[in-house]
Amino acid sequence: MISANLSAIFYLVSGVLFILALRGLSSPETSRQGNLFGIFGMIIAVTVTFLSIGSFSSGFIFVIIFIVAGGSIGAFIAYRIPMTAMPELVAGFHSLVGLAAVFVAISAFLNPIAFNLGLPGNIKLGSLIEMSIGAAVGAITFSGSVIAFLKLQGIMSGSPITFKGQHPLNAIILISIIILIYLLCSTQSSNFFWILLFVSFLIGFLLIIPIGGADMPVVISMLNSYSGWAAAGIGFTLENTALIITGALVGSSGAILSYIMCKGMNRSFFNVIMGGFGATDDTSSKSSKEQRPVKSGNADDAAFLMKNASSVIIVPGYGMAVAQAQHALREMVDTLKKNDIKVSYAIHPVAGRMPGHMNVLLAEANVPYDEVFELEEINNDFANADVAFVIGANDVTNPVAKTDPQSPIYGMPVLDVEKCKSVLFVKRSLSPGYAGIDNDLFYKENTLMLFADAKKMTEDITKNL
Amino acid sequence: MEIDPLIFRLSIFILSIFVGYYVVWSVTPSLHTPLMSVTNAISSVIIVGAIIAGLSGDPQSVFNKSSIFGFLAIALAAINIFGGFLVTQRMLAMYKKKKKEKK
Repeated sequence: MISANLSAIFYLVSGVLFILALRGLSSPETSRQGNLFGIFGMIIAVTVTFLSIGSFSSGFIFVIIFIVAGGSIGAFIAYRIPMTAMPELVAGFHSLVGLAAVFVAISAFLNPIAFNLGLPGNIKLGSLIEMSIGAAVGAITFSGSVIAFLKLQGIMSGSPITFKGQHPLNAIILISIIILIYLLCSTQSSNFFWILLFVSFLIGFLLIIPIGGADMPVVISMLNSYSGWAAAGIGFTLENTALIITGALVGSSGAILSYIMCKGMNRSFFNVIMGGFGATDDTSSKSSKEQRPVKSGNADDAAFLMKNASSVIIVPGYGMAVAQAQHALREMVDTLKKNDIKVSYAIHPVAGRMPGHMNVLLAEANVPYDEVFELEEINNDFANADVAFVIGANDVTNPVAKTDPQSPIYGMPVLDVEKCKSVLFVKRSLSPGYAGIDNDLFYKENTLMLFADAKKMTEDITKNL
Repeated sequence: MEIDPLIFRLSIFILSIFVGYYVVWSVTPSLHTPLMSVTNAISSVIIVGAIIAGLSGDPQSVFNKSSIFGFLAIALAAINIFGGFLVTQRMLAMYKKKKKEKK
């Protein structure tokens, strides 16, 4: 048994270690060390909790059993998960944090004595408020993440689900959550606690269903943020510094990522949350532009163009992840490099389904990270490059975003792919991308469309080089 | 008049938000996915609360209505802690620099 003051200091230490864990991610070299700091912080927090409880009763064995059981499942998933499934994994993990927060809150509500919060039916007001906020945010995180997971996994359609009166309904539910917290605090009745949980689960579900597949980077970041606030809420209830610090860190981390993602799409956060992007003017743009001529080619043409180039820029997108083409792509690039062709990769902030998605896939395929560039770093280089190889990206290359103020994506930062001498665009068909608008790039003089599966096309080009 | 301890916790919370703000802005965009998986792992420090909840029963009956939720939360948080840190480690191990000697 250690004193409450000493354990509070250790919790502070583990909070600081968590800060260092995030700090390490400022560069790939320090990142691995950062992760070790995080692990170390976690070990300290758990050990101190055991020591502060002190009595190693029979319950202790069960705690170990549950940790080992959960830990083995976690470790198994971590080793087996393919890198392309990372967005689903992260969404799934968020849901677990949310649910864990809900469970801890339920446990504290049923047995406040164990947490030093007062008596059942007479919990300290401050603790009850913190607890109900933690539980509500946790529940929203859980059900929201489950929907995000189902959408990313393809079990549920990625297209936005909207219905009439959706926004008023959500607003009513959000207001009712505040009213329920007030009622819960004034009456201490457990009925209100259960209704609060139910309504929070419901709103998490309703908030995410109208958001479409390509907006998932924002959704995942947002849920990341929520999971942090839920943890912080529980941290206040338990008066635990480690949990408060971590909750604040994770909460602001997720918020910043959502901001970066929204900026990458030139949309306000509010606009993304309201959902239903691209579902509106889908039909009009499709019918009017179908007849415009495009040049299409085969792997042979593409190989010829690339062989005669001196610099090539690769623009990967979600389609590369779907086709699992990252390894084939690396092989193609290796062949190009043997011919003394300079190759770099250009990554748009919202390429893929989560922040940094493309970077992880390229890293998996052994692409050195110093060949991979962000939008601002590389955008000026397109004008000097010979070939741009667009694989699985679409909306993020659309020049309409710069030229047509009527377009829904006008103002979104895009890669200046069209400035290259020639553009190779790997795509399965001419269908518009997520935003539901035609890509002007398809019809440019210097664009050669390669209609095929991304992986197969890349392999064929390599053979022809 | 004494200051309510809540105010101290609130101070820690607010300051941590600022620390988080500056630390996260310094994270390189190429590591945003590992950032999400590691924040996932560390937010599972909620296991601390879960352990207290799980051990809240008396020695005779380990499992009661309240502690069951604690044990479930322990398992969920453990999945996240192990899964989160290990998958982050796995991802970070893949980020390599260009090998100079090869060329």
